[in-house]
Amino acid sequence: MTERIMSHPILGDLPHKEKVSFTFDDQLYEAYKGESLAAALLAQGIRTLRVHEETSHPRGIYCNIGHCFECRVNINGLDGERACITPVAEGMVVKSGKVLPTTVRDWRKHHGK
Amino acid sequence: MENKVIIIGAGPAGLSAAITLAEKNIGVVVIDEYLYAGGRLLGQLYEETPNKWWNGIAESERLLARAKELNVEFSLQTSVSDLEKMDQDWVVHTNKGVFHTKQLLLATGAAESPFPIPGWTLPGVMSVGAAQVMTNVHRVKPGERGIIIGVNVLSSAIAMELQIADVQVAAITLPAANLLTIDSSDPLDVMNSLLHVSHMAPSLLIKIGSKFMKNEFLKKLGITFYPKDGVKMWGIPIMLRKAVIEIVGKEQVEGVVLATVNVDGSIVPGSEKRIDVDFVCIAGGLYPLAELASLAGCPFHYIEQLGGFVPLHNEQMETNLAGLHVAGNITGIEGAKVALAQGKVAALSIASKLGASVTQLDIQQAIKNVETTRAHAHIQFHPEVLVGRQKMKKIWAQSLSHTMS
Repeated sequence: MTERIMSHPILGDLPHKEKVSFTFDDQLYEAYKGESLAAALLAQGIRTLRVHEETSHPRGIYCNIGHCFECRVNINGLDGERACITPVAEGMVVKSGKVLPTTVRDWRKHHGK
Repeated sequence: MENKVIIIGAGPAGLSAAITLAEKNIGVVVIDEYLYAGGRLLGQLYEETPNKWWNGIAESERLLARAKELNVEFSLQTSVSDLEKMDQDWVVHTNKGVFHTKQLLLATGAAESPFPIPGWTLPGVMSVGAAQVMTNVHRVKPGERGIIIGVNVLSSAIAMELQIADVQVAAITLPAANLLTIDSSDPLDVMNSLLHVSHMAPSLLIKIGSKFMKNEFLKKLGITFYPKDGVKMWGIPIMLRKAVIEIVGKEQVEGVVLATVNVDGSIVPGSEKRIDVDFVCIAGGLYPLAELASLAGCPFHYIEQLGGFVPLHNEQMETNLAGLHVAGNITGIEGAKVALAQGKVAALSIASKLGASVTQLDIQQAIKNVETTRAHAHIQFHPEVLVGRQKMKKIWAQSLSHTMS
């Protein structure tokens, strides 16, 4: 199912753009070259871009213009990149944000606290 | 990069300033974090007069083409992390290196205030501007059916834009009352602010109603008799007597819980009802995005009518720091056309400092043009913006007399 707006009553038809492929958590996806990673993922129905580093609650885009940093993912090995202001490029390797180890919490878990 | 004016922000204010400066043969570099030039103008789409649309993408492209024709340099996808003054230069630290300039213009625009409602961190909850950018700029639907929390000029305009793109908007509602939503959750306050968008509402009740509702008593009456399921604007129910008290879903948004609210904003017990939506927009209004002015050391003043804390500046768009100017929404929340006009004023006052052929009359005319544009604005974010501008003018004059004494 696509969520793309192919024809718009005022803005017209979607201009023809070159396609590129990228991976998100090892799955292969197609996107339009130069569109934002957040838009490319949403167009595939993907809304969860990371989980909260400590609680593992799912998170997606919020402001979509680079201000809130909610959509941060790992792009080509670089952590904390904002999906909403990064243009998709051919061969891009994207990984969702994961829970991080927390020494105190993990210690508690293993010590029955 | 030497002797070039640096503009931070490629929105309407920044682009118009860049064009004006380049037309005076002054070198300009425009820095912006986003993928494309245009700023939030990109997402704008509304009917100004019957069949005449304001298309933000087309306007942005037109401005960008003109700027490029005049050899304005652009550094997009460039995030500014710090600003400092060294000797006579402003030093701009970015992820693409360090830029130096004697004349710096901050045209960083505005940001959206959120309402922290239970469930608001679920994927599928976004700012109303985020939905606008997804829909109009990226041409991807934010979802199939959504609800907008927050009744204001921005949310009603974007609701219509979503509808044009065939995205269903189930309703526009109030947020539940809590400490952070105090102004936006009081039906009376919202009704007050709605009176100023009445010209955009084809609904007769709002349109005719607004003429009578200047009177406090009638306004209260209006809320009391305001239908609980709302009045429709472009077919979308605007619910001033319902509030979203929770956003629900496991992995992403699945729905919201709506409750009926009393005239004072309190919730009617037992009135909670769940409705299904797959996305939620939060519309808490805009505030000037002024962090960089703060880093630069500008004094700030809180002026409610301008949308919050704004850096001290005068009508020529100068701050009290040498070589630092501001334009657009960083100086107060207004529409793109006012920002365009302000960008020109800032550029002319920078150009005159750089010895270009600019007369005081040119600057005065550009300031007049800001005022005329404001008077004819189709959308006014804050009804008392003129009062706010007068306040800043007074504060500036006072700051000058302090320096002299």
